[in-house]
Amino acid sequence: MRSTIKVGTSTCGLATGAEATFRALQEAVSETGLAVSTQRTGCLGACHREPLVEIVVDGAHMLYGPVTADRARALLEGHFTLHGAPPPPEDWVVSRTPDRRDYAFFAPQVKVTTANCGVIDPLSLEDYLAAGGYEGLRRALAMSPEAVVAAVTDGRLRGRGGAGYPTGLKWKICRSQPDPLKYLVCNADEGDPGAFMDRTLIESDPHRVLEGMIIAAHGIGARWGYAYVRAEYPLAVKHLEAAIAHARDAGYLGTDILGSGLDFDVIVKEGAGAFVCGEETALMHSIEGRRGTPRMRPPYPAASGLWGHPTNINNVESYASVPSIMTGGAEWFSSLGTCESGGTKTFALAGAIQRTGLVEVPIGVSLRQVIFDVGGGIRDGRSFKAVQIGGPSGGCLPESLLDTPVDYGPLRATGAIMGSGGMVVVDDTTCMVDLARYFLSFTQDESCGKCIPCRIGTRKMLGILTKITRGEGDTADLDRLQKVARTIHTTSLCGLGQTAPNPVLTTLRYFEDEYAAHIHDRHCPAGTCTALR
Amino acid sequence: MMPAAASGTTARPRKTVYLGHPLAEPPPPELLAILERHRGRSDVLVTVLQQIQAQYGYLPERSVRYASRELGIPLARLYGVATFYNQFRFTPPGRIQLQVCCGTACHVGGAPAIVERLKAHLQIAENQTTPDGIFTLQTVFCVGCCSLAPVVIASGAAHGRMTPGGAESLVRDLGAAEEGRP
Repeated sequence: MRSTIKVGTSTCGLATGAEATFRALQEAVSETGLAVSTQRTGCLGACHREPLVEIVVDGAHMLYGPVTADRARALLEGHFTLHGAPPPPEDWVVSRTPDRRDYAFFAPQVKVTTANCGVIDPLSLEDYLAAGGYEGLRRALAMSPEAVVAAVTDGRLRGRGGAGYPTGLKWKICRSQPDPLKYLVCNADEGDPGAFMDRTLIESDPHRVLEGMIIAAHGIGARWGYAYVRAEYPLAVKHLEAAIAHARDAGYLGTDILGSGLDFDVIVKEGAGAFVCGEETALMHSIEGRRGTPRMRPPYPAASGLWGHPTNINNVESYASVPSIMTGGAEWFSSLGTCESGGTKTFALAGAIQRTGLVEVPIGVSLRQVIFDVGGGIRDGRSFKAVQIGGPSGGCLPESLLDTPVDYGPLRATGAIMGSGGMVVVDDTTCMVDLARYFLSFTQDESCGKCIPCRIGTRKMLGILTKITRGEGDTADLDRLQKVARTIHTTSLCGLGQTAPNPVLTTLRYFEDEYAAHIHDRHCPAGTCTALR
Repeated sequence: MMPAAASGTTARPRKTVYLGHPLAEPPPPELLAILERHRGRSDVLVTVLQQIQAQYGYLPERSVRYASRELGIPLARLYGVATFYNQFRFTPPGRIQLQVCCGTACHVGGAPAIVERLKAHLQIAENQTTPDGIFTLQTVFCVGCCSLAPVVIASGAAHGRMTPGGAESLVRDLGAAEEGRP
């Protein structure tokens, strides 16, 4: 009998006490003398049931949660029926099948980039190899670089960081530069409040991200790679650095990778807490050891990036999708999505929703499916008001737009953006004006100050919104907001400024009655604004 | 120590006392170890500052001056970088750093009330340290635990599903455990 107990110990698990659960389980195992191995894994995505414990006995899976430390002993005795203990209570059980599809949260999901998350030990190269890891790299190395780029193009992979630029085209442009020294950058500066896809991916399956980067290096002809990880993610940095060391020892990084003649290595750079560094030119300045301010484009990084050399920058999730394109084929990958964009997208589902967590769905499913089928709808019997997607660059969409497919084009048409994948659902207790003010306070705080529209404009908008939430607004304020928003959008230097008005514009468009209530009736319908109670 | 007055009758009393160049001594060994690792590389500026801060908990002025001299980077550039990023601080932090997450999910989940309660309990403003040097209170934008919102981080450990009352008792417990320690 081969038995394993897996405990999800990524940051979200640890926040609910998974470390104590893990220790308690280890103790209970040694006390009871069971022949069971204990293992730490990453995050399965079902954060609302954490700490999650999976017990695998001879291929039979049982997933339990939440298993707090005080439940550990009872769980173990119940599962293995020691001393005639009753089986664990039904409400502890999350799932009984290996694919976990008997739980409504997992049933509609299609796991491609997060397939290993919460399943394997992120610090073990053997685990990753056993799960089919680095097979994509082997296949890519057997192909010509041009064929690799063509496969990514045919897979219709688009940039998962939010802008949605076709990844294959980006690689092709970078590849065609005459400069022999090319760089590769993995953008893991996940700054959007409300988003944690990159953190989960790196913490739970760092080798997949690395594999994607190595395949990209082969396709582009890059010699050095940088992984720029947010300072607020210490565990992700630790796991990525461990994965790099293991990969180097095993010959997946370094010189002459797997005997193919490819030389490539990755350096981890920690961010220092600046949201604007998620913008590609600011990110490169930060890697070069300068203030992280963006610059004018063109030249685009693909032509002139780090230290003036061609540089390819992709998001964590984009790289993590690449190994699957190599193993599954471009045709299969593109068939997962829509005719515009292939593959799947992960979303960080949070807010006033029953089942929060990290979800992965094919591109093209509707917002309603994500929020109600996967997320289980609104909790505490309240009613849905809006979904905020894309963080401070995105927008708030009302119920009438819930049938919009999650795809780059259709979402942009609503005034929001696909964004990196943050999805915060709010119920009728949240004031939309206050939410818009919150995002403006964020962008105003994080504006680097280089260009005037963003520096002054966000401040002006924040001032007007604060005035409205205090009950001191007048009718002309709404026109003023629109005007300033248009100016910021058209004249800002980088994406931070250009998209900063989106939360305000979308709330003005879909929730104008709330603004009106604040201004004309001096009343906050949700009861959030303290001055208007 | 006043230098001996020069011989002669015209010597006037000196207004300032020259104590030697502030960086005349070589850097302390722990700082030198950090600087040695990065000598002659072009992509290290942020990393050096991060490692100095990891060593001392903040950026002491002398260390930044040493870094400038040893690595040949103009002090203005180091200062410019250090003031740009939120991570760097020029004053020593408290022994326990409290970070209240103010990401979107935490904001709609009630983070502002938690911040207000902690400010009132500790009687300090944001980014300040209590007079006894135990707590530093900060707000951060999203620590990536949105599904457990609202989140408070205390000395690197995340505490999910917080309430104002829960945060206050957490701080009370941490403070009680810290009392009496050197």
